[in-house]
Amino acid sequence: MAVGSEIVTKIKSVQSTKKVTSALEMVSASKIKKAKDQMLEARPYARQMQKIIGHMAHSSPEYRHPFMKEREIKRVGYVVISTDRGLCGGLNTNLFKKSLAHMREYQDGNIEIDVVTVGNKASNFFKKIAVDLKASIPSLGDNPDLTDLIGVVKVMLDAFGDEKIDRLYLVFNDFVNSITQKPEVQQMLPLKPDKDKQIRDNFDYIYEPEAKEVLEYILGRYVEALVFQGVLENLASEHAARMVAMKNATDNATDLIKDLQLIYNKARQAAITQEISEIVSGAAAV
Amino acid sequence: MSSIQCDIVSAETEIFSGEVAMVFATGIAGELGIAPQHAPLITLLKPGEVRVELKDGTHQNYYVSGGILEVQPYLVSVLADTATRAEDIDEAAAIQAKEEAERLLKDSDKRQDIAQVQAELSKALAQLHALARLKKNLKR
Repeated sequence: MAVGSEIVTKIKSVQSTKKVTSALEMVSASKIKKAKDQMLEARPYARQMQKIIGHMAHSSPEYRHPFMKEREIKRVGYVVISTDRGLCGGLNTNLFKKSLAHMREYQDGNIEIDVVTVGNKASNFFKKIAVDLKASIPSLGDNPDLTDLIGVVKVMLDAFGDEKIDRLYLVFNDFVNSITQKPEVQQMLPLKPDKDKQIRDNFDYIYEPEAKEVLEYILGRYVEALVFQGVLENLASEHAARMVAMKNATDNATDLIKDLQLIYNKARQAAITQEISEIVSGAAAV
Repeated sequence: MSSIQCDIVSAETEIFSGEVAMVFATGIAGELGIAPQHAPLITLLKPGEVRVELKDGTHQNYYVSGGILEVQPYLVSVLADTATRAEDIDEAAAIQAKEEAERLLKDSDKRQDIAQVQAELSKALAQLHALARLKKNLKR
Protein backbone atom coordinates (compact mmCIF):
# COMPACT_ATOMS: atom_id res chain seq x y z
CA MET A 1 0.00 0.00 0.00
CA ALA A 2 1.30 3.36 -1.00
CA VAL A 3 -0.33 5.29 1.82
CA GLY A 4 2.19 6.94 4.11
CA SER A 5 5.17 4.98 2.84
CA GLU A 6 7.43 7.89 3.85
CA ILE A 7 6.12 7.56 7.38
CA VAL A 8 6.85 3.83 7.42
CA THR A 9 10.40 4.48 6.27
CA LYS A 10 10.80 7.13 8.96
CA ILE A 11 9.46 4.78 11.64
CA LYS A 12 11.89 2.10 10.55
CA SER A 13 14.82 4.50 10.73
CA VAL A 14 13.85 5.72 14.19
CA GLN A 15 13.48 2.12 15.28
CA SER A 16 16.99 1.24 14.22
CA THR A 17 18.32 4.35 15.98
CA LYS A 18 16.50 3.21 19.07
CA LYS A 19 18.17 -0.18 18.84
CA VAL A 20 21.58 1.48 18.78
CA THR A 21 20.90 3.80 21.70
CA SER A 22 19.46 1.07 23.88
CA ALA A 23 22.41 -1.17 23.06
CA LEU A 24 24.82 1.62 24.05
CA GLU A 25 22.88 2.10 27.25
CA MET A 26 23.23 -1.56 28.12
CA VAL A 27 26.92 -1.64 27.29
CA SER A 28 27.58 1.28 29.62
CA ALA A 29 25.38 -0.26 32.31
CA SER A 30 27.54 -3.37 32.29
CA LYS A 31 30.83 -1.46 32.18
CA ILE A 32 30.05 0.96 34.96
CA LYS A 33 30.24 -1.75 37.61
CA LYS A 34 33.78 -2.63 36.64
CA ALA A 35 34.83 0.99 36.37
CA LYS A 36 33.49 1.68 39.84
CA ASP A 37 35.32 -1.32 41.31
CA GLN A 38 38.56 -0.24 39.68
CA MET A 39 38.11 3.23 41.09
CA LEU A 40 37.65 1.93 44.63
CA GLU A 41 40.57 -0.48 44.35
CA ALA A 42 42.97 2.26 43.37
CA ARG A 43 42.13 4.46 46.34
CA PRO A 44 44.26 2.84 49.08
CA TYR A 45 47.51 3.53 47.21
CA ALA A 46 47.02 7.29 46.95
CA ARG A 47 45.70 7.46 50.50
CA GLN A 48 48.70 5.57 51.84
CA MET A 49 51.04 7.93 50.01
CA GLN A 50 49.21 10.93 51.35
CA LYS A 51 49.77 9.60 54.86
CA ILE A 52 53.48 9.08 54.31
CA ILE A 53 53.95 12.49 52.73
CA GLY A 54 52.01 14.14 55.53
CA HIS A 55 54.12 12.34 58.05
CA MET A 56 57.39 13.20 56.38
CA ALA A 57 56.43 16.83 56.10
CA HIS A 58 55.87 16.90 59.83
CA SER A 59 58.79 14.82 60.96
CA SER A 60 61.57 16.21 58.78
CA PRO A 61 60.88 19.90 58.48
CA GLU A 62 64.52 20.70 57.77
CA TYR A 63 64.04 19.62 54.16
CA ARG A 64 61.37 21.09 51.93
CA HIS A 65 61.06 19.58 48.51
CA PRO A 66 60.38 22.06 45.66
CA PHE A 67 57.09 20.22 45.04
CA MET A 68 55.92 21.44 48.42
CA LYS A 69 56.94 25.08 48.14
CA GLU A 70 54.64 27.82 46.90
CA ARG A 71 56.32 30.18 44.49
CA GLU A 72 55.36 33.17 42.43
CA ILE A 73 53.14 32.12 39.55
CA LYS A 74 54.34 32.88 36.06
CA ARG A 75 52.99 29.88 34.23
CA VAL A 76 50.49 27.19 35.19
CA GLY A 77 49.99 23.66 33.96
CA TYR A 78 46.85 21.61 33.55
CA VAL A 79 46.34 17.89 33.11
CA VAL A 80 42.93 17.59 31.46
CA ILE A 81 41.25 14.19 31.42
CA SER A 82 38.33 13.60 29.08
CA THR A 83 36.48 10.67 27.60
CA ASP A 84 37.59 9.07 24.34
CA ARG A 85 34.17 8.93 22.80
CA GLY A 86 31.13 11.15 22.70
CA LEU A 87 27.46 10.32 23.23
CA CYS A 88 27.68 11.00 26.93
CA GLY A 89 25.53 14.10 27.27
CA GLY A 90 27.15 17.31 28.45
CA LEU A 91 29.91 15.56 30.36
CA ASN A 92 32.88 16.82 28.33
CA THR A 93 31.28 20.15 27.48
CA ASN A 94 30.76 20.91 31.15
CA LEU A 95 34.32 19.87 31.92
CA PHE A 96 35.83 22.05 29.21
CA LYS A 97 33.71 24.99 30.24
CA LYS A 98 34.88 24.70 33.82
CA SER A 99 38.53 24.35 32.83
CA LEU A 100 38.35 27.30 30.42
CA ALA A 101 36.81 29.50 33.10
CA HIS A 102 39.65 28.48 35.43
CA MET A 103 42.31 29.11 32.77
CA ARG A 104 40.86 32.45 31.80
CA GLU A 105 41.40 33.84 35.26
CA TYR A 106 45.10 33.15 34.86
CA GLN A 107 45.22 34.35 31.28
CA ASP A 108 43.59 37.64 32.24
CA GLY A 109 46.46 38.11 34.67
CA ASN A 110 48.93 37.53 31.82
CA ILE A 111 49.92 34.12 33.10
CA GLU A 112 50.68 31.57 30.43
CA ILE A 113 49.05 28.17 30.32
CA ASP A 114 50.43 24.74 29.50
CA VAL A 115 48.08 21.85 28.92
CA VAL A 116 48.55 18.12 28.62
CA THR A 117 45.57 16.03 27.66
CA VAL A 118 44.42 12.50 28.32
CA GLY A 119 41.66 11.19 26.07
CA ASN A 120 40.56 11.94 22.51
CA LYS A 121 37.98 14.58 23.25
CA ALA A 122 40.34 16.77 25.26
CA SER A 123 43.10 16.41 22.67
CA ASN A 124 40.83 17.47 19.85
CA PHE A 125 39.42 20.32 21.88
CA PHE A 126 42.62 21.84 23.20
CA LYS A 127 44.51 21.67 19.95
CA LYS A 128 42.17 24.35 18.68
CA ILE A 129 42.62 26.67 21.62
CA ALA A 130 45.22 29.32 22.23
CA VAL A 131 47.08 27.50 24.99
CA ASP A 132 50.31 25.53 24.88
CA LEU A 133 49.53 21.87 24.31
CA LYS A 134 52.62 20.17 25.65
CA ALA A 135 51.79 16.48 25.50
CA SER A 136 48.90 14.18 24.90
CA ILE A 137 47.71 10.62 25.21
CA PRO A 138 45.13 9.81 22.57
CA SER A 139 43.10 7.10 24.24
CA LEU A 140 43.24 4.76 27.19
CA GLY A 141 40.32 2.48 26.44
CA ASP A 142 38.20 0.75 29.04
CA ASN A 143 41.11 -0.70 30.96
CA PRO A 144 43.35 2.23 31.76
CA ASP A 145 46.81 1.29 32.88
CA LEU A 146 49.09 3.44 34.97
CA THR A 147 51.90 2.73 32.52
CA ASP A 148 50.08 4.67 29.80
CA LEU A 149 50.09 7.80 31.93
CA ILE A 150 53.78 7.91 32.78
CA GLY A 151 54.62 10.01 29.72
CA VAL A 152 52.23 12.91 30.23
CA VAL A 153 52.83 13.02 33.95
CA LYS A 154 56.57 13.11 33.47
CA VAL A 155 56.32 16.03 31.06
CA MET A 156 54.52 18.05 33.71
CA LEU A 157 56.67 16.88 36.63
CA ASP A 158 59.82 17.82 34.73
CA ALA A 159 58.33 21.20 33.84
CA PHE A 160 57.51 21.81 37.48
CA GLY A 161 60.93 20.61 38.60
CA ASP A 162 62.63 22.94 36.11
CA GLU A 163 60.39 25.79 37.31
CA LYS A 164 58.81 26.12 33.87
CA ILE A 165 55.42 25.90 35.51
CA ASP A 166 54.65 27.06 39.02
CA ARG A 167 51.39 25.31 39.65
CA LEU A 168 49.81 22.11 38.37
CA TYR A 169 46.12 21.34 38.22
CA LEU A 170 44.22 18.18 37.43
CA VAL A 171 40.90 18.53 35.60
CA PHE A 172 38.52 15.57 35.53
CA ASN A 173 34.93 14.53 36.15
CA ASP A 174 34.45 13.50 39.74
CA PHE A 175 32.16 10.49 40.06
CA VAL A 176 29.76 11.47 42.85
CA ASN A 177 27.19 8.80 42.08
CA SER A 178 25.52 7.27 39.04
CA ILE A 179 23.35 10.35 38.50
CA THR A 180 25.76 13.12 39.46
CA GLN A 181 29.20 13.77 37.99
CA LYS A 182 30.99 16.96 38.89
CA PRO A 183 33.69 18.62 36.79
CA GLU A 184 36.58 19.18 39.17
CA VAL A 185 39.74 21.30 39.06
CA GLN A 186 42.14 20.00 41.67
CA GLN A 187 45.51 21.47 42.61
CA MET A 188 48.24 18.83 42.54
CA LEU A 189 51.42 20.86 42.85
CA PRO A 190 52.64 22.41 45.00
CA LEU A 191 51.17 20.01 47.50
CA LYS A 192 48.69 21.59 49.81
CA PRO A 193 49.44 20.60 53.38
CA ASP A 194 46.55 18.91 55.13
CA LYS A 195 45.46 21.33 57.75
CA ASP A 196 42.77 19.23 59.36
CA LYS A 197 44.97 16.21 59.78
CA GLN A 198 47.05 16.47 62.89
CA ILE A 199 49.82 13.97 63.03
CA ARG A 200 50.83 13.50 66.59
CA ASP A 201 53.09 10.50 66.43
CA ASN A 202 56.48 11.81 67.27
CA PHE A 203 58.69 9.38 65.47
CA ASP A 204 61.03 9.96 62.62
CA TYR A 205 61.87 7.38 60.05
CA ILE A 206 65.16 5.82 59.24
CA TYR A 207 65.62 6.69 55.59
CA GLU A 208 67.24 4.42 53.07
CA PRO A 209 68.67 6.14 51.05
CA GLU A 210 68.45 9.84 52.00
CA ALA A 211 65.17 11.53 52.94
CA LYS A 212 65.46 13.73 49.88
CA GLU A 213 65.60 10.85 47.44
CA VAL A 214 62.79 8.98 49.12
CA LEU A 215 60.59 12.06 49.11
CA GLU A 216 61.40 12.78 45.49
CA TYR A 217 60.38 9.26 44.55
CA ILE A 218 57.19 9.34 46.59
CA LEU A 219 56.06 12.73 45.29
CA GLY A 220 56.48 11.64 41.67
CA ARG A 221 54.52 8.48 42.29
CA TYR A 222 51.92 10.42 44.22
CA VAL A 223 51.19 12.75 41.33
CA GLU A 224 50.95 9.75 39.02
CA ALA A 225 48.53 8.09 41.41
CA LEU A 226 46.38 11.24 41.54
CA VAL A 227 46.21 11.41 37.75
CA PHE A 228 45.43 7.71 37.55
CA GLN A 229 42.68 8.14 40.13
CA GLY A 230 41.31 11.01 38.03
CA VAL A 231 41.30 8.81 34.94
CA LEU A 232 39.33 6.12 36.76
CA GLU A 233 36.84 8.62 38.20
CA ASN A 234 36.40 10.05 34.74
CA LEU A 235 35.84 6.61 33.23
CA ALA A 236 33.13 5.78 35.75
CA SER A 237 31.58 9.20 35.10
CA GLU A 238 31.64 8.56 31.36
CA HIS A 239 29.70 5.34 31.64
CA ALA A 240 27.21 6.83 34.08
CA ALA A 241 26.63 9.87 31.86
CA ARG A 242 26.33 7.76 28.74
CA MET A 243 23.82 5.51 30.44
CA VAL A 244 21.59 8.48 31.28
CA ALA A 245 22.04 10.14 27.87
CA MET A 246 21.27 6.95 25.99
CA LYS A 247 18.28 6.20 28.19
CA ASN A 248 16.89 9.63 27.30
CA ALA A 249 17.56 9.03 23.63
CA THR A 250 15.81 5.66 23.76
CA ASP A 251 12.81 7.24 25.51
CA ASN A 252 12.69 9.98 22.91
CA ALA A 253 12.79 7.43 20.11
CA THR A 254 9.93 5.52 21.72
CA ASP A 255 7.84 8.70 21.93
CA LEU A 256 8.67 9.57 18.36
CA ILE A 257 7.70 6.12 17.10
CA LYS A 258 4.42 6.34 18.98
CA ASP A 259 3.60 9.72 17.42
CA LEU A 260 4.60 8.59 13.95
CA GLN A 261 2.56 5.42 14.27
CA LEU A 262 -0.46 7.52 15.21
CA ILE A 263 0.02 9.79 12.21
CA TYR A 264 0.45 6.76 9.97
CA ASN A 265 -2.72 5.09 11.30
CA LYS A 266 -4.71 8.28 10.80
CA ALA A 267 -3.47 8.66 7.25
CA ARG A 268 -4.29 5.06 6.47
CA GLN A 269 -7.74 5.44 8.01
CA ALA A 270 -8.38 8.59 5.97
CA ALA A 271 -7.31 6.86 2.77
CA ILE A 272 -9.62 3.90 3.42
CA THR A 273 -12.53 6.17 4.27
CA GLN A 274 -11.96 8.13 1.11
CA GLU A 275 -11.78 4.99 -0.99
CA ILE A 276 -15.04 3.68 0.47
CA SER A 277 -16.84 6.94 -0.10
CA GLU A 278 -15.55 6.99 -3.66
CA ILE A 279 -16.83 3.48 -4.29
CA VAL A 280 -20.17 4.23 -2.65
CA SER A 281 -20.67 7.44 -4.62
CA GLY A 282 -19.53 5.66 -7.79
CA ALA A 283 -22.06 2.89 -7.18
CA ALA A 284 -24.81 5.46 -6.55
CA ALA A 285 -24.02 7.17 -9.84
CA VAL A 286 -24.46 3.94 -11.84
CA MET B 1 53.55 -14.81 68.81
CA SER B 2 53.29 -11.12 68.18
CA SER B 3 52.16 -9.88 64.82
CA ILE B 4 51.99 -6.71 62.78
CA GLN B 5 49.49 -5.37 60.25
CA CYS B 6 50.82 -5.44 56.69
CA ASP B 7 49.30 -3.77 53.63
CA ILE B 8 50.66 -4.27 50.14
CA VAL B 9 49.06 -1.97 47.60
CA SER B 10 49.80 -0.99 44.02
CA ALA B 11 48.34 1.93 42.11
CA GLU B 12 45.87 -0.40 40.46
CA THR B 13 44.74 -2.57 43.32
CA GLU B 14 45.18 -3.84 46.86
CA ILE B 15 47.44 -6.87 46.76
CA PHE B 16 47.59 -8.05 50.35
CA SER B 17 46.25 -6.93 53.70
CA GLY B 18 46.39 -8.77 56.99
CA GLU B 19 48.20 -9.64 60.18
CA VAL B 20 51.63 -11.11 59.59
CA ALA B 21 54.52 -12.39 61.67
CA MET B 22 57.25 -11.04 59.45
CA VAL B 23 57.83 -9.24 56.15
CA PHE B 24 60.83 -9.83 53.89
CA ALA B 25 61.79 -7.52 51.06
CA THR B 26 64.75 -6.36 49.01
CA GLY B 27 65.52 -2.79 49.97
CA ILE B 28 67.81 -0.51 48.04
CA ALA B 29 70.49 -1.09 50.67
CA GLY B 30 69.99 -4.84 50.96
CA GLU B 31 67.74 -7.60 52.22
CA LEU B 32 65.28 -6.64 54.91
CA GLY B 33 63.35 -8.65 57.41
CA ILE B 34 60.74 -6.67 59.30
CA ALA B 35 59.56 -8.18 62.54
CA PRO B 36 56.96 -6.60 64.84
CA GLN B 37 58.29 -3.54 66.70
CA HIS B 38 60.86 -2.75 64.07
CA ALA B 39 62.04 0.85 64.17
CA PRO B 40 60.18 3.27 61.86
CA LEU B 41 61.76 3.07 58.45
CA ILE B 42 61.20 4.18 54.90
CA THR B 43 63.13 2.56 52.12
CA LEU B 44 62.94 2.28 48.38
CA LEU B 45 62.62 -1.25 47.08
CA LYS B 46 64.60 -2.99 44.41
CA PRO B 47 62.81 -5.12 41.86
CA GLY B 48 62.32 -8.48 43.52
CA GLU B 49 60.28 -10.49 45.89
CA VAL B 50 58.22 -9.33 48.83
CA ARG B 51 57.54 -12.24 51.11
CA VAL B 52 55.18 -12.22 54.07
CA GLU B 53 55.18 -14.84 56.78
CA LEU B 54 51.70 -15.34 58.10
CA LYS B 55 50.97 -16.11 61.73
CA ASP B 56 50.58 -19.82 61.02
CA GLY B 57 54.07 -19.96 59.56
CA THR B 58 53.09 -20.15 55.90
CA HIS B 59 54.64 -17.82 53.37
CA GLN B 60 53.18 -15.78 50.56
CA ASN B 61 55.27 -14.31 47.79
CA TYR B 62 54.65 -11.25 45.68
CA TYR B 63 56.80 -9.80 42.96
CA VAL B 64 57.32 -6.05 42.84
CA SER B 65 59.27 -4.14 40.24
CA GLY B 66 60.11 -1.40 42.72
CA GLY B 67 58.30 0.70 45.27
CA ILE B 68 58.45 1.92 48.82
CA LEU B 69 58.40 0.05 52.09
CA GLU B 70 57.26 1.97 55.11
CA VAL B 71 57.45 0.72 58.68
CA GLN B 72 55.45 2.36 61.41
CA PRO B 73 55.21 1.01 64.97
CA TYR B 74 52.04 -0.93 64.23
CA LEU B 75 51.99 -1.11 60.48
CA VAL B 76 54.10 -2.16 57.55
CA SER B 77 52.99 -0.88 54.18
CA VAL B 78 54.43 -1.67 50.81
CA LEU B 79 53.57 0.67 47.95
CA ALA B 80 54.45 -1.52 45.04
CA ASP B 81 55.20 -0.63 41.44
CA THR B 82 53.77 -3.24 39.14
CA ALA B 83 55.17 -1.85 35.92
CA THR B 84 58.85 -2.00 35.13
CA ARG B 85 60.24 1.47 35.58
CA ALA B 86 63.48 2.92 34.45
CA GLU B 87 64.57 6.47 33.71
CA ASP B 88 64.97 5.78 29.99
CA ILE B 89 61.61 4.02 29.69
CA ASP B 90 59.91 6.96 31.39
CA GLU B 91 61.81 9.35 29.16
CA ALA B 92 60.68 7.47 26.05
CA ALA B 93 57.08 7.64 27.22
CA ALA B 94 57.39 11.39 27.80
CA ILE B 95 58.85 11.92 24.33
CA GLN B 96 56.04 9.88 22.81
CA ALA B 97 53.43 11.99 24.60
CA LYS B 98 55.11 15.17 23.38
CA GLU B 99 55.20 13.90 19.81
CA GLU B 100 51.51 13.09 19.97
CA ALA B 101 50.81 16.70 20.95
CA GLU B 102 52.95 17.98 18.09
CA ARG B 103 51.12 15.73 15.67
CA LEU B 104 47.79 17.09 16.89
CA LEU B 105 48.93 20.68 16.56
CA LYS B 106 50.23 20.13 13.05
CA ASP B 107 46.83 19.50 11.53
CA SER B 108 45.10 22.37 13.25
CA ASP B 109 46.21 25.84 12.27
CA LYS B 110 43.33 27.81 13.70
CA ARG B 111 43.94 28.69 17.33
CA GLN B 112 40.92 30.20 18.97
CA ASP B 113 40.79 32.51 21.89
CA ILE B 114 39.72 31.04 25.21
CA ALA B 115 37.01 33.68 25.66
CA GLN B 116 35.55 32.93 22.26
CA VAL B 117 35.40 29.18 22.81
CA GLN B 118 34.01 29.74 26.27
CA ALA B 119 31.12 31.72 24.79
CA GLU B 120 30.45 29.00 22.22
CA LEU B 121 30.41 26.33 24.90
CA SER B 122 27.99 28.34 27.01
CA LYS B 123 25.74 28.66 24.00
CA ALA B 124 25.81 24.92 23.33
CA LEU B 125 25.03 24.15 26.95
CA ALA B 126 22.20 26.69 27.02
CA GLN B 127 20.72 25.02 23.95
CA LEU B 128 20.89 21.64 25.68
CA HIS B 129 19.14 23.05 28.74
CA ALA B 130 16.48 24.74 26.63
CA LEU B 131 15.79 21.48 24.80
CA ALA B 132 15.45 19.59 28.06
CA ARG B 133 13.07 22.22 29.44
CA LEU B 134 11.02 22.24 26.25
CA LYS B 135 10.65 18.50 26.40
CA LYS B 136 9.49 18.63 29.99
CA ASN B 137 6.86 21.23 29.18
CA LEU B 138 5.59 19.28 26.21
CA LYS B 139 5.09 16.17 28.29
CA ARG B 140 2.99 18.02 30.81
